[in-house]
Amino acid sequence: MTIFKLDIKRGRISLIVWTLAISFMLFVCLMIFPQMKGQMNEISDMYASMGSFTKAFGMDSLNFGEIMGFYGVECGNIMGIGGALFAALIGISALANEEKNHTAEFLLTHPVSRIAVVKEKLFAVIFQLVILNIAVVLVSLASFAIIGEKPDIEAVLLLHFAYFIMQVEIGFVCFAVSAFIKRGGLGIGIGFAAIMYFFNIIGNISEDAEFLKYITPFGYAEASDIISVNELDGIKISIGIGVTAAAVILAFYRYSKKDINI
Amino acid sequence: MSEAVIEAVNLTKYYGKSRGIIDLNLKVREGDIFGFIGPNGAGKSTTIRILLGLISATSGSGTVFGRDIVKDKERILEDIGYMPSEAMFYSGMKVWDIIKFSAELHKKHRAVEDSLREARDICERLELDTSKKSDELSLGNRKKVSVVCAMQHKPKLYILDEPTSGLDPLMQKEFFSLIRERNKEGATIFLSSHILSEIQRYCNYAAIIREGKIIVRDSVEALSKTSAKRVNLHGNMNDIKGIINHMEGVKGIQILQDSAAFLFGGDINILLKELSGIRVSDVSITEPDLDEIFMHYYGSGVKDNDNI
Repeated sequence: MTIFKLDIKRGRISLIVWTLAISFMLFVCLMIFPQMKGQMNEISDMYASMGSFTKAFGMDSLNFGEIMGFYGVECGNIMGIGGALFAALIGISALANEEKNHTAEFLLTHPVSRIAVVKEKLFAVIFQLVILNIAVVLVSLASFAIIGEKPDIEAVLLLHFAYFIMQVEIGFVCFAVSAFIKRGGLGIGIGFAAIMYFFNIIGNISEDAEFLKYITPFGYAEASDIISVNELDGIKISIGIGVTAAAVILAFYRYSKKDINI
Repeated sequence: MSEAVIEAVNLTKYYGKSRGIIDLNLKVREGDIFGFIGPNGAGKSTTIRILLGLISATSGSGTVFGRDIVKDKERILEDIGYMPSEAMFYSGMKVWDIIKFSAELHKKHRAVEDSLREARDICERLELDTSKKSDELSLGNRKKVSVVCAMQHKPKLYILDEPTSGLDPLMQKEFFSLIRERNKEGATIFLSSHILSEIQRYCNYAAIIREGKIIVRDSVEALSKTSAKRVNLHGNMNDIKGIINHMEGVKGIQILQDSAAFLFGGDINILLKELSGIRVSDVSITEPDLDEIFMHYYGSGVKDNDNI
């Protein structure tokens, strides 16, 4: 628990900043909705007729004029990009920063096993993601209440649950990568999150590339799919959970044998 | 013979193709203050990091307190106090929080309060300001934090990688008096250094490592007999050449126009007596650097006394 506590303590400023930033943007977007609602019929038609662009952001199956449709598209982008980047960031730096900042030598010459280090750091990653997501959901629900809209709570929670699973997958894959690299891999983490995001967009646009949606975690966290059927895609999310589990095993395996770079 | 605290058998480490250490054998007995000497890059840190489980050996094996360094790593580390050559700590953390974190990582076998009580004493003796943040620390102060973290849990074995670099002479003295106290209480000390005089002054056994291989292991007493001085003389060259030629233990002679330099490995009293009989305008007798000693004394004929 000592390492877990230290990681949480050291990551708290970053967690607060990311949580505030994402929450604030969601809040602002929802505040705009009442104003836009009146003009929505025209806007919806416009958005629905932008071809690939419409498909790319899932606006073909969501009605932008309804609160859930609006929330799905907005939330999908803010929470998708923001949450994924944050997850990538904390995942990639959990192990690698110890080596980058030369603190691994200090930490690992204490009587702690590598397994325990990986375990506590993984918990720290999950814990931070849980805090971020709970805070964001609460801000969202409060924002709905402020603008007087009654969203489909079940769909909202399901959507955010999918985002959470997606962030855990991205965070853990980056975590596993960081067990292999010698120095901080911030670029790798952010790059990975961005590529996964674009995989999903490409998968949305082209039917030939639909398989990409089975690779990227954004595939099962697609607001337009979740809100229209009100359930998660079993296959995609199973693949996601499988990848997450593989990443965890790989991280444990690799880190317990790793030569620490000093 | 008392029991071996550290034992390395044919330890070999290659980083890819580059050499770390080769077939290294080492035995440190309980209660020793053991010096591990060698120039930079000889493999001192590599050996230490293998013993601590930070890196794994390519081949060979090792035990600490009779336990396998791979299988029983965590158990071994409970009884080790380690000081890295260049200590780095978590940025933004206060010194006291770092010390507390270190104590908490030892809490399974030693109450945190006990460790911290010890830590307070050591901080006082080393005049370490614990309210500073780690980023503000000088190299010397980082060393002091390392000392506290290595000592507060009262380990049975201290592994110190170039412990005095960065400490001012006064602190070096205080540091070694701390180390000696712990040694008197029964702890074993294993310290690496490239400063020969330091090893001579404080250690009872030593091993010299060069290019990844141990080239000599012996008591410091025995090693000191072969430890040479670099002598520089200015003055009457005929006189100087005269004494150089008939003294024993002179090696590596370099003669310039009005000066001569050589390594002197014989009895220092004889040298002084000879010098007093001739006219010199300037004289300096200094520690030779290790490379010189290696070249002239351990270069070709590798001695290997197995009595350690």
